[in-house]
Amino acid sequence: MILIDQIAAQRGDRPLFSNLSFALQAGDCIHLRGENGIGKTSLLKMLAGLSQPDQGQILWQGQALTELGDDYHGQLHYLGHKDALKDLLSPYQNLHWATQIAGNPLSEAAILHTLAKVGLLQQCDLPVRSLSQGQKKRAALARLLATPRPLWLLDEPFVALDTTAQSELGEWINNHCQQGGIVILTSHQQLPSIQHVTELTLTRPL
Amino acid sequence: MSSWAFFCTVIRRDLFLAWQQRGDLLVGLVFFVLVACLFPLAIGPEAKLLSRIGPGVLWVAAILANLLALPRLFQADWQDGTLEQLLLAPAPAGMMVAGKIVAHWLTTGVPLTLIAPLLGVQYGLSSDLLLMLMATLFIGTPVLSALGSIGAALTLGVRQGDMLLALLVLPLYAPVLIFGSGAVAAVAGGLNGYAELSLLAAIACGSLFLAPWLAAMAIKLAVE
Repeated sequence: MILIDQIAAQRGDRPLFSNLSFALQAGDCIHLRGENGIGKTSLLKMLAGLSQPDQGQILWQGQALTELGDDYHGQLHYLGHKDALKDLLSPYQNLHWATQIAGNPLSEAAILHTLAKVGLLQQCDLPVRSLSQGQKKRAALARLLATPRPLWLLDEPFVALDTTAQSELGEWINNHCQQGGIVILTSHQQLPSIQHVTELTLTRPL
Repeated sequence: MSSWAFFCTVIRRDLFLAWQQRGDLLVGLVFFVLVACLFPLAIGPEAKLLSRIGPGVLWVAAILANLLALPRLFQADWQDGTLEQLLLAPAPAGMMVAGKIVAHWLTTGVPLTLIAPLLGVQYGLSSDLLLMLMATLFIGTPVLSALGSIGAALTLGVRQGDMLLALLVLPLYAPVLIFGSGAVAAVAGGLNGYAELSLLAAIACGSLFLAPWLAAMAIKLAVE
């Protein structure tokens, strides 16, 4: 479903990776590894369509991302380094506006149901700035569960989560893959029980 | 999602966020009032001189107040990562910027326009001058927000970005200032000032049409 065709990227004059090719089918989960600064986040941003590779192309369902344009964004969830939460707003308000922007407004009950899934029902009206790092991460993860989309791009999703939350996230990833979704994630940690995960280690070009 | 629905959603979101931080809006407005009040104090109660410089002073004060509020356009969204999510919405990025410009104008330009006649009174401006001042501010402040959005997008993540933003944007504001205060001066001189007002409206149409797309390109570079 998603095909990465000989892409190359550089940051300034420094090459990050080149001739990178791989393909993912429905139900696949890939774990990107590699040392700091190797370009994992850059690769995820390219897969999200936030930046373009210097060479090569990325195809979604056989169509190049450059041709798909904004419609492609409706196919994916991107969870970046930053949580994309407004400090002043509550998890409820954050999720409300996130789903509005994503073009999939949810009812009050649906938002509360999603927040219950990530274990934030009690904190749903507190401002995000008063939450712990792990709770903020949960509030950000709620976006994944709120709107069903086939492609999940997760940049260090396990950081700051406690062990229960980590295994819950592993569970969600498993469910997503079983339903035919695709997950691409980066992590420096040992992954909790995720089935059928393929590891891909990025290396510096010679 | 249609572009129009996305545009409206971004406006509603930014207005909601602005309301949550309404103190920030007040700062810009109080700044405008203070700058406009300092000039009569410095120059003295000379009615003829005051009514002559009044429109220009109010226009410059409005531009500075707008400049003060410009970093708010994208900076907070960029810092917490919501700007990435806005770019990843299934709609054109230009519409997102256009929505932000409109929300920015509603929260800065419109309050400035509404309060300007009160300040005009202390310069002894007559009622037809006050009316023209409001008209020029009403048409001119959207241009400030639109042109400012390009500067705000270009200086995202730049060290001392706010200073650079002022240097980038102030020269672009010059035509707006010239035609804005020119229209009021024309009325004071016994003309109707429609020529300057029409030119100001033309600048508004052009900049509101082009600025969102230019700013969107700059934002994509900042997020990369």
